[in-house]
Amino acid sequence: MSINLELTDKKAPISDEIRISTRDLSLYYGDFQALRNITLDILENAITAIIGPSGCGKSTFLRLFNRMNDLITGVRVEGSVELDGVNIYDKDIDVVELRKRVGMVFQKPNPFPMSVFENVAFGPKRHGRKNRMELEDIVEKSLKQAALWDEVEDKLGQSALALSGGQQQRLCIARVLAVEPEVILMDEPCSALDPIATLRIEDLMRSLAENYTIVIVTHNMQQAARASDMSAFFMMEDDRAGILVEYGPTEKLFTNPEDKRTEDYITGRFG
Amino acid sequence: MEIRTAFHKRLREIQNDVLAMGSMVEKAISRSIEALKERDLDKAHGVIAEDLKVNKKRFTIEEKCVQLIATQQPMAGDLRAIICVLNIITEIERIGDHAEGIAKIVVMIGDEPPLKPLIDIPRMAEKASDMLHRSLDALINRDADAAKQIVTEDNEVDNLYDQVFRELLTFMAEDPKTITRATRLIWVAHNLERSADRVTNICERVVYMVTGKMEELEVSKY
Repeated sequence: MSINLELTDKKAPISDEIRISTRDLSLYYGDFQALRNITLDILENAITAIIGPSGCGKSTFLRLFNRMNDLITGVRVEGSVELDGVNIYDKDIDVVELRKRVGMVFQKPNPFPMSVFENVAFGPKRHGRKNRMELEDIVEKSLKQAALWDEVEDKLGQSALALSGGQQQRLCIARVLAVEPEVILMDEPCSALDPIATLRIEDLMRSLAENYTIVIVTHNMQQAARASDMSAFFMMEDDRAGILVEYGPTEKLFTNPEDKRTEDYITGRFG
Repeated sequence: MEIRTAFHKRLREIQNDVLAMGSMVEKAISRSIEALKERDLDKAHGVIAEDLKVNKKRFTIEEKCVQLIATQQPMAGDLRAIICVLNIITEIERIGDHAEGIAKIVVMIGDEPPLKPLIDIPRMAEKASDMLHRSLDALINRDADAAKQIVTEDNEVDNLYDQVFRELLTFMAEDPKTITRATRLIWVAHNLERSADRVTNICERVVYMVTGKMEELEVSKY
Protein backbone atom coordinates (compact mmCIF):
# COMPACT_ATOMS: atom_id res chain seq x y z
CA MET A 1 0.00 0.00 0.00
CA SER A 2 1.38 3.40 -0.90
CA ILE A 3 0.71 6.78 0.63
CA ASN A 4 -1.33 8.88 -1.69
CA LEU A 5 -0.72 12.53 -0.91
CA GLU A 6 -2.69 13.71 -3.90
CA LEU A 7 -5.85 15.51 -2.91
CA THR A 8 -7.56 16.56 -6.13
CA ASP A 9 -4.89 18.80 -7.62
CA LYS A 10 -3.01 20.04 -4.59
CA LYS A 11 -0.58 18.44 -2.15
CA ALA A 12 -1.49 18.18 1.48
CA PRO A 13 0.24 21.08 3.25
CA ILE A 14 2.47 18.93 5.41
CA SER A 15 6.05 17.80 5.47
CA ASP A 16 7.00 14.80 3.41
CA GLU A 17 9.92 13.98 5.72
CA ILE A 18 9.46 10.57 7.27
CA ARG A 19 9.98 10.41 11.03
CA ILE A 20 8.92 6.89 11.85
CA SER A 21 8.48 4.04 9.44
CA THR A 22 7.25 0.53 10.01
CA ARG A 23 7.95 -2.26 7.57
CA ASP A 24 6.02 -5.55 7.50
CA LEU A 25 5.40 -5.13 11.16
CA SER A 26 3.64 -7.97 12.94
CA LEU A 27 3.06 -8.36 16.65
CA TYR A 28 2.07 -11.47 18.58
CA TYR A 29 0.78 -11.88 22.12
CA GLY A 30 1.86 -15.51 22.56
CA ASP A 31 0.10 -17.42 19.76
CA PHE A 32 -2.33 -14.62 19.01
CA GLN A 33 -1.36 -12.30 16.19
CA ALA A 34 -2.51 -8.77 17.06
CA LEU A 35 -1.00 -6.92 14.09
CA ARG A 36 -0.26 -8.17 10.59
CA ASN A 37 2.29 -6.75 8.15
CA ILE A 38 1.84 -3.08 8.87
CA THR A 39 3.87 -0.84 6.59
CA LEU A 40 3.34 2.84 7.24
CA ASP A 41 5.34 6.09 7.30
CA ILE A 42 4.67 8.70 9.98
CA LEU A 43 5.50 12.15 8.65
CA GLU A 44 7.47 14.74 10.56
CA ASN A 45 5.52 17.53 12.25
CA ALA A 46 2.24 15.99 11.18
CA ILE A 47 -0.58 14.85 13.42
CA THR A 48 -1.32 11.28 12.46
CA ALA A 49 -4.55 9.72 13.68
CA ILE A 50 -5.05 5.98 13.99
CA ILE A 51 -8.70 5.00 13.82
CA GLY A 52 -10.58 1.74 13.68
CA PRO A 53 -12.97 -0.47 15.61
CA SER A 54 -12.21 -1.72 19.11
CA GLY A 55 -9.68 -4.51 19.24
CA CYS A 56 -8.11 -3.76 15.85
CA GLY A 57 -4.70 -3.14 17.38
CA LYS A 58 -4.57 0.68 17.33
CA SER A 59 -3.13 1.07 20.83
CA THR A 60 -0.84 -1.92 20.38
CA PHE A 61 0.50 -0.27 17.24
CA LEU A 62 1.04 3.05 19.03
CA ARG A 63 2.86 1.38 21.92
CA LEU A 64 5.33 -0.13 19.48
CA PHE A 65 6.83 3.31 18.87
CA ASN A 66 8.32 3.61 22.35
CA ARG A 67 8.46 -0.09 23.09
CA MET A 68 5.78 0.04 25.76
CA ASN A 69 4.74 -3.43 24.64
CA ASP A 70 8.06 -4.76 25.99
CA LEU A 71 6.49 -4.61 29.44
CA ILE A 72 3.96 -7.29 28.49
CA THR A 73 5.22 -10.87 28.71
CA GLY A 74 4.95 -13.08 25.67
CA VAL A 75 5.07 -10.24 23.16
CA ARG A 76 6.95 -10.89 19.95
CA VAL A 77 7.59 -8.36 17.21
CA GLU A 78 8.49 -9.11 13.59
CA GLY A 79 9.48 -6.56 10.98
CA SER A 80 10.96 -3.19 11.79
CA VAL A 81 10.10 0.16 13.35
CA GLU A 82 12.56 2.85 12.37
CA LEU A 83 12.88 6.20 14.09
CA ASP A 84 14.95 8.51 11.90
CA GLY A 85 16.22 5.47 10.03
CA VAL A 86 17.31 3.45 13.08
CA ASN A 87 15.45 0.26 14.00
CA ILE A 88 14.29 0.79 17.57
CA TYR A 89 13.98 -2.97 18.06
CA ASP A 90 17.73 -3.47 17.60
CA LYS A 91 19.41 -5.08 20.60
CA ASP A 92 21.65 -2.12 21.43
CA ILE A 93 18.83 0.42 21.68
CA ASP A 94 18.66 2.24 25.03
CA VAL A 95 14.96 2.02 25.85
CA VAL A 96 15.11 4.78 28.48
CA GLU A 97 16.64 7.13 25.92
CA LEU A 98 14.05 6.01 23.35
CA ARG A 99 11.17 6.85 25.70
CA LYS A 100 12.68 10.27 26.28
CA ARG A 101 12.61 10.89 22.53
CA VAL A 102 9.17 9.35 22.12
CA GLY A 103 6.88 10.56 24.90
CA MET A 104 3.43 9.25 25.66
CA VAL A 105 0.14 10.66 26.95
CA PHE A 106 -2.42 8.18 28.20
CA GLN A 107 -6.17 7.84 28.13
CA LYS A 108 -6.75 8.81 31.73
CA PRO A 109 -4.80 11.77 33.09
CA ASN A 110 -2.26 10.24 35.46
CA PRO A 111 -0.51 13.00 37.38
CA PHE A 112 1.83 11.85 40.14
CA PRO A 113 0.55 12.54 43.66
CA MET A 114 2.87 15.48 44.10
CA SER A 115 2.88 19.19 43.32
CA VAL A 116 2.27 20.64 39.85
CA PHE A 117 5.91 21.75 39.77
CA GLU A 118 7.28 18.36 40.79
CA ASN A 119 5.17 16.59 38.19
CA VAL A 120 6.74 18.57 35.38
CA ALA A 121 10.25 18.58 36.91
CA PHE A 122 10.15 14.82 37.51
CA GLY A 123 11.39 13.76 34.08
CA PRO A 124 14.19 16.29 33.71
CA LYS A 125 15.40 15.42 37.25
CA ARG A 126 15.51 11.73 36.36
CA HIS A 127 17.55 12.66 33.33
CA GLY A 128 20.08 14.46 35.53
CA ARG A 129 18.90 18.08 35.55
CA LYS A 130 19.30 19.17 39.20
CA ASN A 131 19.81 22.94 39.05
CA ARG A 132 16.74 24.64 40.57
CA MET A 133 16.82 27.67 38.24
CA GLU A 134 17.14 25.43 35.24
CA LEU A 135 14.25 23.29 36.42
CA GLU A 136 12.09 26.36 36.99
CA ASP A 137 12.74 27.42 33.42
CA ILE A 138 11.87 23.98 32.09
CA VAL A 139 8.66 23.82 34.14
CA GLU A 140 7.52 27.26 33.02
CA LYS A 141 8.34 26.61 29.37
CA SER A 142 6.65 23.21 29.38
CA LEU A 143 3.51 24.49 31.09
CA LYS A 144 3.33 27.38 28.63
CA GLN A 145 3.69 25.03 25.69
CA ALA A 146 0.94 22.88 27.15
CA ALA A 147 -1.31 25.97 27.44
CA LEU A 148 -1.62 25.49 31.19
CA TRP A 149 0.75 28.09 32.64
CA ASP A 150 -1.82 30.88 33.00
CA GLU A 151 -4.07 28.61 35.02
CA VAL A 152 -1.46 27.21 37.40
CA GLU A 153 1.35 29.75 37.72
CA ASP A 154 0.18 30.72 41.21
CA LYS A 155 -0.40 27.16 42.37
CA LEU A 156 2.77 25.38 41.31
CA GLY A 157 3.23 24.10 44.87
CA GLN A 158 -0.26 22.65 45.11
CA SER A 159 -1.12 19.04 44.52
CA ALA A 160 -1.64 18.17 40.86
CA LEU A 161 -4.59 16.01 41.91
CA ALA A 162 -6.55 19.19 42.73
CA LEU A 163 -6.61 20.21 39.06
CA SER A 164 -9.59 19.51 36.79
CA GLY A 165 -9.46 16.53 34.41
CA GLY A 166 -8.66 18.73 31.42
CA GLN A 167 -5.94 20.54 33.36
CA GLN A 168 -4.50 17.24 34.56
CA GLN A 169 -4.29 16.00 30.99
CA ARG A 170 -2.50 19.17 29.89
CA LEU A 171 -0.18 18.71 32.89
CA CYS A 172 0.62 15.23 31.62
CA ILE A 173 1.39 16.74 28.23
CA ALA A 174 3.64 19.34 29.92
CA ARG A 175 5.37 16.47 31.74
CA VAL A 176 6.10 14.82 28.41
CA LEU A 177 7.31 18.10 26.88
CA ALA A 178 9.67 18.71 29.81
CA VAL A 179 12.04 15.99 28.66
CA GLU A 180 12.11 17.50 25.15
CA PRO A 181 10.83 14.61 23.10
CA GLU A 182 10.68 14.52 19.32
CA VAL A 183 7.58 12.43 18.98
CA ILE A 184 4.46 12.50 21.19
CA LEU A 185 2.17 9.49 21.28
CA MET A 186 -1.36 10.02 22.52
CA ASP A 187 -3.57 7.08 23.37
CA GLU A 188 -7.18 8.31 23.50
CA PRO A 189 -6.05 11.49 25.28
CA CYS A 190 -9.53 13.00 25.44
CA SER A 191 -11.72 10.03 26.23
CA ALA A 192 -11.96 11.02 29.91
CA LEU A 193 -12.51 14.71 29.18
CA ASP A 194 -15.57 16.88 28.59
CA PRO A 195 -16.14 18.38 25.10
CA ILE A 196 -14.62 21.77 25.89
CA ALA A 197 -11.50 20.26 27.48
CA THR A 198 -11.33 17.98 24.43
CA LEU A 199 -11.33 20.93 22.02
CA ARG A 200 -8.58 22.61 24.09
CA ILE A 201 -6.41 19.52 23.80
CA GLU A 202 -7.03 19.36 20.04
CA ASP A 203 -6.08 23.01 19.74
CA LEU A 204 -2.96 22.34 21.78
CA MET A 205 -2.05 19.43 19.52
CA ARG A 206 -2.22 21.74 16.53
CA SER A 207 0.21 24.21 18.09
CA LEU A 208 2.53 21.42 19.27
CA ALA A 209 2.64 19.94 15.78
CA GLU A 210 4.77 22.89 14.71
CA ASN A 211 7.62 21.40 16.70
CA TYR A 212 6.72 17.79 17.33
CA THR A 213 5.51 14.77 15.46
CA ILE A 214 2.25 13.57 17.00
CA VAL A 215 0.55 10.21 16.69
CA ILE A 216 -2.88 9.87 18.24
CA VAL A 217 -5.13 6.88 18.69
CA THR A 218 -8.77 7.84 18.91
CA HIS A 219 -12.14 6.17 18.97
CA ASN A 220 -13.68 9.47 18.05
CA MET A 221 -13.79 9.74 14.28
CA GLN A 222 -14.83 13.38 14.40
CA GLN A 223 -11.76 14.05 16.50
CA ALA A 224 -9.53 12.38 13.93
CA ALA A 225 -11.24 14.40 11.18
CA ARG A 226 -10.90 17.67 13.09
CA ALA A 227 -7.45 17.36 14.53
CA SER A 228 -5.23 15.27 12.27
CA ASP A 229 -3.32 15.78 9.04
CA MET A 230 -2.97 12.11 8.16
CA SER A 231 -5.26 9.24 9.07
CA ALA A 232 -4.71 5.52 9.15
CA PHE A 233 -7.66 3.16 9.25
CA PHE A 234 -7.09 -0.21 10.91
CA MET A 235 -9.46 -3.13 11.09
CA MET A 236 -9.48 -6.78 12.10
CA GLU A 237 -9.22 -9.73 9.80
CA ASP A 238 -11.20 -12.90 10.48
CA ASP A 239 -8.53 -14.22 12.87
CA ARG A 240 -8.73 -10.86 14.75
CA ALA A 241 -5.30 -9.72 13.59
CA GLY A 242 -5.19 -5.96 12.99
CA ILE A 243 -4.34 -4.76 9.50
CA LEU A 244 -3.86 -1.35 7.93
CA VAL A 245 -6.63 -0.81 5.39
CA GLU A 246 -5.99 2.74 4.25
CA TYR A 247 -3.63 5.57 5.03
CA GLY A 248 -3.65 9.07 3.56
CA PRO A 249 -4.43 12.74 4.08
CA THR A 250 -7.29 13.18 6.53
CA GLU A 251 -9.30 15.37 4.14
CA LYS A 252 -9.18 12.65 1.53
CA LEU A 253 -9.94 9.78 3.88
CA PHE A 254 -13.02 11.49 5.29
CA THR A 255 -14.44 12.80 2.02
CA ASN A 256 -13.50 10.21 -0.55
CA PRO A 257 -11.78 7.12 0.86
CA GLU A 258 -10.18 4.71 -1.58
CA ASP A 259 -11.23 1.51 0.15
CA LYS A 260 -14.84 0.46 0.52
CA ARG A 261 -14.14 -0.91 4.00
CA THR A 262 -13.01 2.57 5.11
CA GLU A 263 -16.12 4.11 3.58
CA ASP A 264 -18.35 1.57 5.31
CA TYR A 265 -16.69 2.16 8.67
CA ILE A 266 -16.67 5.95 8.66
CA THR A 267 -20.24 6.18 7.36
CA GLY A 268 -21.43 3.72 9.98
CA ARG A 269 -22.36 0.92 7.60
CA PHE A 270 -20.54 -1.55 9.79
CA GLY A 271 -19.48 -1.26 13.38
CA MET B 1 -24.17 -4.71 9.99
CA GLU B 2 -25.79 -1.36 9.28
CA ILE B 3 -25.45 0.72 12.44
CA ARG B 4 -26.71 4.15 11.43
CA THR B 5 -30.15 3.13 10.22
CA ALA B 6 -31.96 6.23 11.52
CA PHE B 7 -29.46 8.54 9.86
CA HIS B 8 -29.54 6.70 6.55
CA LYS B 9 -33.34 6.70 6.63
CA ARG B 10 -33.31 10.49 6.96
CA LEU B 11 -30.85 10.72 4.10
CA ARG B 12 -33.17 8.65 1.89
CA GLU B 13 -36.11 10.86 2.90
CA ILE B 14 -34.18 13.91 1.76
CA GLN B 15 -33.49 12.29 -1.59
CA ASN B 16 -37.18 11.50 -1.95
CA ASP B 17 -37.93 15.16 -1.23
CA VAL B 18 -35.58 16.10 -4.07
CA LEU B 19 -37.52 13.77 -6.39
CA ALA B 20 -40.78 15.37 -5.33
CA MET B 21 -39.35 18.84 -5.92
CA GLY B 22 -38.12 17.69 -9.32
CA SER B 23 -41.55 16.49 -10.36
CA MET B 24 -43.11 19.80 -9.23
CA VAL B 25 -40.73 21.59 -11.59
CA GLU B 26 -41.27 19.12 -14.45
CA LYS B 27 -44.97 19.84 -14.12
CA ALA B 28 -44.29 23.60 -14.08
CA ILE B 29 -42.36 23.36 -17.35
CA SER B 30 -45.07 21.39 -19.13
CA ARG B 31 -47.89 23.58 -17.79
CA SER B 32 -46.09 26.78 -18.78
CA ILE B 33 -45.77 25.48 -22.35
CA GLU B 34 -49.41 24.35 -22.35
CA ALA B 35 -50.38 27.84 -21.20
CA LEU B 36 -48.33 29.28 -24.06
CA LYS B 37 -49.89 26.98 -26.66
CA GLU B 38 -53.43 27.38 -25.37
CA ARG B 39 -53.15 31.07 -24.45
CA ASP B 40 -54.44 30.02 -21.06
CA LEU B 41 -53.71 32.89 -18.68
CA ASP B 42 -55.25 31.08 -15.69
CA LYS B 43 -52.84 28.24 -16.19
CA ALA B 44 -49.96 30.71 -16.49
CA HIS B 45 -50.97 32.38 -13.23
CA GLY B 46 -51.20 28.91 -11.70
CA VAL B 47 -47.56 28.19 -12.65
CA ILE B 48 -46.47 31.52 -11.13
CA ALA B 49 -48.30 30.75 -7.90
CA GLU B 50 -46.93 27.19 -7.73
CA ASP B 51 -43.38 28.47 -7.98
CA LEU B 52 -43.69 29.77 -4.42
CA LYS B 53 -44.25 26.17 -3.30
CA VAL B 54 -41.13 25.06 -5.18
CA ASN B 55 -39.07 27.77 -3.45
CA LYS B 56 -40.49 26.74 -0.10
CA LYS B 57 -39.72 23.09 -0.77
CA ARG B 58 -36.12 24.02 -1.55
CA PHE B 59 -35.74 25.77 1.83
CA THR B 60 -37.29 22.82 3.64
CA ILE B 61 -34.83 20.41 2.02
CA GLU B 62 -31.91 22.74 2.67
CA GLU B 63 -32.86 23.01 6.31
CA LYS B 64 -33.04 19.22 6.64
CA CYS B 65 -29.56 18.94 5.11
CA VAL B 66 -28.13 21.54 7.49
CA GLN B 67 -29.68 19.74 10.45
CA LEU B 68 -28.26 16.43 9.31
CA ILE B 69 -24.77 17.89 8.92
CA ALA B 70 -24.95 19.61 12.31
CA THR B 71 -26.29 16.67 14.25
CA GLN B 72 -24.96 13.59 12.46
CA GLN B 73 -21.51 14.57 11.21
CA PRO B 74 -21.85 12.69 7.92
CA MET B 75 -18.66 11.42 6.32
CA ALA B 76 -17.38 10.36 2.91
CA GLY B 77 -20.13 9.21 0.51
CA ASP B 78 -22.87 10.36 2.89
CA LEU B 79 -21.32 13.81 3.16
CA ARG B 80 -20.98 14.02 -0.62
CA ALA B 81 -24.62 12.97 -1.03
CA ILE B 82 -25.79 15.81 1.20
CA ILE B 83 -23.55 18.39 -0.47
CA CYS B 84 -24.81 17.10 -3.81
CA VAL B 85 -28.43 17.57 -2.72
CA LEU B 86 -27.71 21.12 -1.53
CA ASN B 87 -26.34 22.01 -4.95
CA ILE B 88 -29.00 20.16 -6.90
CA ILE B 89 -31.94 21.81 -5.16
CA THR B 90 -30.53 25.21 -6.11
CA GLU B 91 -30.47 24.12 -9.76
CA ILE B 92 -34.00 22.68 -9.60
CA GLU B 93 -35.26 25.84 -7.96
CA ARG B 94 -33.74 27.93 -10.77
CA ILE B 95 -35.28 25.65 -13.40
CA GLY B 96 -38.57 26.33 -11.62
CA ASP B 97 -37.84 30.05 -12.04
CA HIS B 98 -37.34 29.50 -15.77
CA ALA B 99 -40.78 27.85 -15.96
CA GLU B 100 -42.22 30.75 -13.99
CA GLY B 101 -40.44 33.09 -16.41
CA ILE B 102 -42.19 31.40 -19.34
CA ALA B 103 -45.55 31.76 -17.55
CA LYS B 104 -44.89 35.47 -17.05
CA ILE B 105 -44.15 35.81 -20.77
CA VAL B 106 -47.47 34.09 -21.49
CA VAL B 107 -49.21 36.71 -19.32
CA MET B 108 -47.31 39.43 -21.17
CA ILE B 109 -48.37 38.04 -24.55
CA GLY B 110 -51.96 38.07 -23.34
CA ASP B 111 -54.36 37.76 -26.25
CA GLU B 112 -52.00 38.79 -29.03
CA PRO B 113 -52.55 36.60 -32.10
CA PRO B 114 -50.07 33.71 -32.35
CA LEU B 115 -47.08 34.30 -34.61
CA LYS B 116 -46.82 30.71 -35.78
CA PRO B 117 -47.73 27.21 -34.65
CA LEU B 118 -45.37 26.11 -31.88
CA ILE B 119 -43.34 23.00 -32.73
CA ASP B 120 -39.72 23.28 -31.68
CA ILE B 121 -40.37 25.14 -28.42
CA PRO B 122 -42.56 22.30 -27.04
CA ARG B 123 -39.85 19.88 -28.18
CA MET B 124 -37.24 21.82 -26.24
CA ALA B 125 -39.49 21.74 -23.19
CA GLU B 126 -40.05 18.01 -23.47
CA LYS B 127 -36.35 17.32 -23.86
CA ALA B 128 -35.31 19.57 -20.96
CA SER B 129 -37.98 18.05 -18.76
CA ASP B 130 -36.96 14.52 -19.69
CA MET B 131 -33.31 15.32 -18.97
CA LEU B 132 -34.28 16.70 -15.55
CA HIS B 133 -36.30 13.59 -14.75
CA ARG B 134 -33.51 11.23 -15.72
CA SER B 135 -30.84 13.28 -13.90
CA LEU B 136 -32.78 12.77 -10.67
CA ASP B 137 -33.11 9.06 -11.44
CA ALA B 138 -29.33 9.01 -11.79
CA LEU B 139 -29.10 10.69 -8.37
CA ILE B 140 -31.27 8.07 -6.72
CA ASN B 141 -29.57 5.18 -8.52
CA ARG B 142 -26.09 6.67 -7.95
CA ASP B 143 -25.47 6.20 -11.64
CA ALA B 144 -22.56 8.36 -12.83
CA ASP B 145 -22.63 6.87 -16.35
CA ALA B 146 -26.26 7.82 -16.84
CA ALA B 147 -25.49 11.32 -15.59
CA LYS B 148 -22.64 11.67 -18.10
CA GLN B 149 -24.91 10.46 -20.91
CA ILE B 150 -27.57 13.07 -20.09
CA VAL B 151 -24.98 15.84 -20.32
CA THR B 152 -24.23 14.94 -23.94
CA GLU B 153 -27.92 15.40 -24.76
CA ASP B 154 -27.75 19.11 -23.99
CA ASN B 155 -26.63 19.54 -27.62
CA GLU B 156 -30.08 18.54 -28.82
CA VAL B 157 -31.64 21.37 -26.85
CA ASP B 158 -28.98 23.79 -28.07
CA ASN B 159 -29.64 22.78 -31.68
CA LEU B 160 -33.38 23.30 -31.26
CA TYR B 161 -32.65 26.69 -29.76
CA ASP B 162 -30.56 27.59 -32.83
CA GLN B 163 -33.41 26.52 -35.05
CA VAL B 164 -36.04 28.53 -33.15
CA PHE B 165 -33.77 31.55 -33.15
CA ARG B 166 -33.10 31.36 -36.90
CA GLU B 167 -36.75 30.92 -37.72
CA LEU B 168 -37.91 33.83 -35.56
CA LEU B 169 -35.16 36.02 -36.98
CA THR B 170 -36.54 35.38 -40.45
CA PHE B 171 -40.01 36.45 -39.30
CA MET B 172 -38.62 39.65 -37.85
CA ALA B 173 -36.56 40.41 -40.95
CA GLU B 174 -39.55 39.94 -43.21
CA ASP B 175 -42.00 41.91 -41.11
CA PRO B 176 -40.86 44.27 -38.34
CA LYS B 177 -44.38 44.19 -36.85
CA THR B 178 -43.61 40.68 -35.59
CA ILE B 179 -40.55 41.79 -33.59
CA THR B 180 -42.31 42.03 -30.22
CA ARG B 181 -44.02 38.67 -30.51
CA ALA B 182 -40.94 36.93 -31.91
CA THR B 183 -38.69 38.36 -29.21
CA ARG B 184 -41.02 37.00 -26.53
CA LEU B 185 -40.81 33.54 -28.04
CA ILE B 186 -37.02 33.81 -28.09
CA TRP B 187 -37.19 34.55 -24.36
CA VAL B 188 -39.28 31.42 -23.89
CA ALA B 189 -36.74 29.35 -25.83
CA HIS B 190 -33.91 30.90 -23.86
CA ASN B 191 -35.55 29.87 -20.58
CA LEU B 192 -35.74 26.30 -21.85
CA GLU B 193 -32.16 26.33 -23.09
CA ARG B 194 -30.96 27.51 -19.68
CA SER B 195 -33.05 24.83 -17.96
CA ALA B 196 -31.21 22.12 -19.89
CA ASP B 197 -27.87 23.72 -18.96
CA ARG B 198 -28.86 23.55 -15.32
CA VAL B 199 -29.64 19.85 -15.71
CA THR B 200 -26.02 19.36 -16.83
CA ASN B 201 -24.94 21.01 -13.55
CA ILE B 202 -27.12 18.53 -11.68
CA CYS B 203 -25.40 15.71 -13.57
CA GLU B 204 -21.96 17.02 -12.60
CA ARG B 205 -23.05 16.89 -8.96
CA VAL B 206 -24.28 13.32 -9.33
CA VAL B 207 -20.90 12.33 -10.76
CA TYR B 208 -19.20 14.02 -7.80
CA MET B 209 -21.44 12.21 -5.35
CA VAL B 210 -20.66 8.83 -6.89
CA THR B 211 -16.96 9.23 -7.71
CA GLY B 212 -15.77 12.03 -5.42
CA LYS B 213 -14.40 13.84 -8.47
CA MET B 214 -15.40 17.41 -9.23
CA GLU B 215 -15.28 17.86 -12.97
CA GLU B 216 -16.92 20.01 -15.58
CA LEU B 217 -18.57 17.56 -17.93
CA GLU B 218 -19.53 19.95 -20.69
CA VAL B 219 -18.91 23.50 -21.70
CA SER B 220 -22.30 24.47 -23.05
CA LYS B 221 -22.56 26.19 -26.40
CA TYR B 222 -24.59 28.95 -24.73
